Amino acid sequence: MRIVFASGKGGTGKTILATNLASVLADLDYAVTYLDCDVEAPNGHIFLKPVITSREAVTIAVPEVDEVRCTRCGRCGDFCPSHAIVCLGNAVLTFPELCHGCGGCSLVCPEKAIREIPRAIGELARGAAGPIQFVEGRLQIGQPMSPPVIRAVKRHLPLTGIAILDAPPGTACPMVETVRDADFVLLVTEPTVFGLHDLTLAVEVIRKVGVPFGVALNRVGSGDDGVQRYCAHADIPVLLQIAEDRRIAEIYSRGELAARHFPGFDRSMTDLFGRLRGAVRS
Amino acid sequence: MKELVVLSGKGGTGKTSLVAAFAALAERKVLADCDVDAADLHLILSPRTLQVQEFQGRRRARIVSDLCAGCGACAEHCRFGAIALDGPGNGAIAKTYRVDPLACEGCGVCGYVCPTHAVAFGLGRDGEWYISETRHGPMVHARLDPGGENSGKLVTLVRERARELAKERDLDLLVVDGSPGIGCPVIASVAGTDLVLGLAEPTLSSQHDLERLAALTAHFRTPMVVCLNRADLNSEVASAIERWCATRGIRVVGRIPYDPVFNQALVQRKSVVEIGDGPAARAVREVWEETRAALAATR
Repeated sequence: MRIVFASGKGGTGKTILATNLASVLADLDYAVTYLDCDVEAPNGHIFLKPVITSREAVTIAVPEVDEVRCTRCGRCGDFCPSHAIVCLGNAVLTFPELCHGCGGCSLVCPEKAIREIPRAIGELARGAAGPIQFVEGRLQIGQPMSPPVIRAVKRHLPLTGIAILDAPPGTACPMVETVRDADFVLLVTEPTVFGLHDLTLAVEVIRKVGVPFGVALNRVGSGDDGVQRYCAHADIPVLLQIAEDRRIAEIYSRGELAARHFPGFDRSMTDLFGRLRGAVRS
Repeated sequence: MKELVVLSGKGGTGKTSLVAAFAALAERKVLADCDVDAADLHLILSPRTLQVQEFQGRRRARIVSDLCAGCGACAEHCRFGAIALDGPGNGAIAKTYRVDPLACEGCGVCGYVCPTHAVAFGLGRDGEWYISETRHGPMVHARLDPGGENSGKLVTLVRERARELAKERDLDLLVVDGSPGIGCPVIASVAGTDLVLGLAEPTLSSQHDLERLAALTAHFRTPMVVCLNRADLNSEVASAIERWCATRGIRVVGRIPYDPVFNQALVQRKSVVEIGDGPAARAVREVWEETRAALAATR
């Protein structure tokens, strides 16, 4: 079962819920894998404190031109939609940081003068936090494209057991890459006009992707009731509500798990899991 | 003209609430919301839209099912996992290949390898951008369509238009609300700006993400100052962030307390400095004065 914690707005509590659910389910002897897909700002490790046993570079294939074979015909440059390879008179220039790695240039080259070489854009770390299998992607500083790093993380989705994916905030391509093929997406939000607005955007995306979803409402009582009214009106199930409490924020600030330090939080997670399982079955 | 971009690395540290307050405090400025896939500044500033433009991010492939022979060359060559055998039948074959528009990067490889020329390409709409008037001055903002790509391109467009608008109206400041993270939209908002204000909260997560943001601004040689929000949430982590900033020569321009007044302001769709003058509002005013001074000192 693949559960994704996503949100339109950042900082609504995706990582709190994802790491606490992972930990509570592991305590109940479920086989749990936590996958941090928020590769621009991966924070799950702070709470799960995994022992990392392998690190590898995440690469995309970028062109390398054999100057001897190349006849400067320019077809590579004509093909490339990212302007990552350009033929200028007597020279072929490549701009690896613009390359999306589609492989088109080497495909169209009549002289077979272009081969693809790997270029690191991030790192994949794997390990374990007690019984929890841990996978984290980390975008290299200065690299713009996170989807290839997210795809690298998702290649380590387990075949069995429970996979918990921590998504990046927003509604653009990195979020879509993470939620594709989920069994259930939990959209985490907060009771403010920001939380509501970004939730409606996230709902639009998830409906387009076509995966089942529900809402988790965090910090209930700190704002207004707009999110509840929207969910009731749009017939979206609210699977979890957590009351505003500064103590939870303090536990979070120290990098600790609320399920271990805040009374009742573990119970909220087991209840949530029951509802998630029910929702996935139906 | 000077340009300030408010960023954080981690989401939800209060960027938009702070920018809304800056909007009320700063004079002679243009506002830009560059968090294009979750833009929220308009919710506080209630803009009157003067101009709407369509944004076309990239082309996308589409397989004409009548022409598809089902050979699978397209799916085999697609590096983005965007093509699957789940399109409608066409008489000759029971299922044709289909492109998932959300996953397609528009590279054109499928069209190149298709023996029956069944792939068509078209530019699609990826969002909208707006020029608006607000009670605190002009604003340029945007809305990326759900799942839209090329958010960096849209960010660049919003910034460029906001700069032009400042020039047209003879204004000398641009205040930009940025995205969380350090990827494509953030890079597009950092490149060539005068000053980044990194807004952090004293949590280990925010500290971690602020350090990644600082590495990014250093990479682009963009000056950065830091402000602590909810500064009293954890005094140990707050001091650790301040010490870390000191070692990097990054100035801390202020500390805003943890205060429910921010959400109370939101309920009224106002910024915190518009609904009172409590400790949080006073701290925000101070942050603005310090930031303004830091911005004036940039070259």
